[in-house]
Amino acid sequence: MAPPSSRRSGFSRKQQYSVFTGYLLATLGALLGLALLALSLWQPGAMQPLRGGASEIVTPAGEASATIRAGRNNAAESIAGYWDAASQNAQLRREVEVARIRLAEAEAVEAENRRLKALLGLSTEETTPIATTRLVGSSASSARRFAYIGVGAVEGVEIGMPVHSERGVIGRVLETARSSSRVLLLTDTESVLPVRRASDQTVAFAEGRGDGLLRIRLINLGLNPLDVGDVFVTSGAGGYYRPGVAVAVLSELTPDGGIAQLIADPSATNYVNVEPIYEPLAVEASGVNARDELTQAELED
Amino acid sequence: MIDRLDPPVRQRAYGRGGINRVESPLRANSVPYISIAFGSMLPFLLIADVMPIAPPLGFILFLGWRLMRPGLMPLWAGVPLGAFDDLFSGQPFGSAILLFSLTMIALEIVETRFPWRGFWQDWFTAGLAIVIYILAAITVSGATLSAHLFIAAIPQILLAILLYPLFARIIAWLDRFRLSRTRRIE
Repeated sequence: MAPPSSRRSGFSRKQQYSVFTGYLLATLGALLGLALLALSLWQPGAMQPLRGGASEIVTPAGEASATIRAGRNNAAESIAGYWDAASQNAQLRREVEVARIRLAEAEAVEAENRRLKALLGLSTEETTPIATTRLVGSSASSARRFAYIGVGAVEGVEIGMPVHSERGVIGRVLETARSSSRVLLLTDTESVLPVRRASDQTVAFAEGRGDGLLRIRLINLGLNPLDVGDVFVTSGAGGYYRPGVAVAVLSELTPDGGIAQLIADPSATNYVNVEPIYEPLAVEASGVNARDELTQAELED
Repeated sequence: MIDRLDPPVRQRAYGRGGINRVESPLRANSVPYISIAFGSMLPFLLIADVMPIAPPLGFILFLGWRLMRPGLMPLWAGVPLGAFDDLFSGQPFGSAILLFSLTMIALEIVETRFPWRGFWQDWFTAGLAIVIYILAAITVSGATLSAHLFIAAIPQILLAILLYPLFARIIAWLDRFRLSRTRRIE
């Protein structure tokens, strides 16, 4: 549509000034945006209260859409289930047989583990989740991969706590508001997670690539010992995640490790657990610089 | 040409109503802003764990209103609308303020060059603006830039461009709603 004639300034001094002021304000706005952008890239937490307040407002709507999403997933699965019900039934029967055997073996291993730990005098402690909640939203139109959960500081959620689904790790809490929090998903490019191969002690870092895959980078370089299909679990290094939680399956080999696919798909999960930080002392220690000096009080201790 | 301020009733567009009905100024001035703000909030409710998939709805509606109703929003409208978009988009705060304002200025300059346009040209302009916006948003998002990140954005870009005509229809419908004659004159 052509611009209305009233916007052509012509010889009217008043019109000319108002057009000029419009351009001036828009340019100042762009500069303000640039300054705020630089500030938030330099200090990512600077605008946290504003964002937190905003996510508090949308969280109830997110709870509703999460409920609908869960229902929709189930409906799609039950319809798909009719297509090859007979052959699938037979196959599942066979798999259950094998799984029962493996379960019995696992129970035996667990019992042996308990016995050996008792022998060594190690205490076996179960971690109880801080809160159970749904994923209520995500940054679906941005290149960053954030998710939002419906619990926050009121429920005891703190920055750095890992978020797990029933299948494995999803990410960790990045920002908390009163009753909602922002979670950094594993697929974000800024997410780095220490992992090890489930079958042995090959340690590596799992970094997000931004396109849904994880890049596995081995810490000990040399011959690449990995194979396609290897399962990676958290190693517990760094102190945030408890060890032994499933993370990813290797799908492709590269010279320094491989490309892996996520095991816990956040969009397919119904409920997620926020777990306490595994070793708060280790996390605290990682924040201490080599050149930090002890205070007088600490020296006396 | 000087338009008559109040054309004869039979010639009035936008809804029939009685002869004692006029447009509601509150509705006429608030609908664009409310629809853009709603568009900013909507992608929040989708779960995208693998790659960005939802088109930047707030930006597309902003662009559509600007292209279809030039002069309706002031030139600085990108600042408040961008700030609102930043609260929900997951981008660092300030990126949408900057990009919305630059879009406003760029479209103003384009419009002085090509004052008469049709739908196809609008679609071309909007498509170009969407591609530049999404690529610029990735660049300032604070993510570690790699080729994978840009490849993962291709579906989002295509979806956004292909959906523009649909959003243009929605905006046209909202525009009819905006200008419908509802206020009764006593």
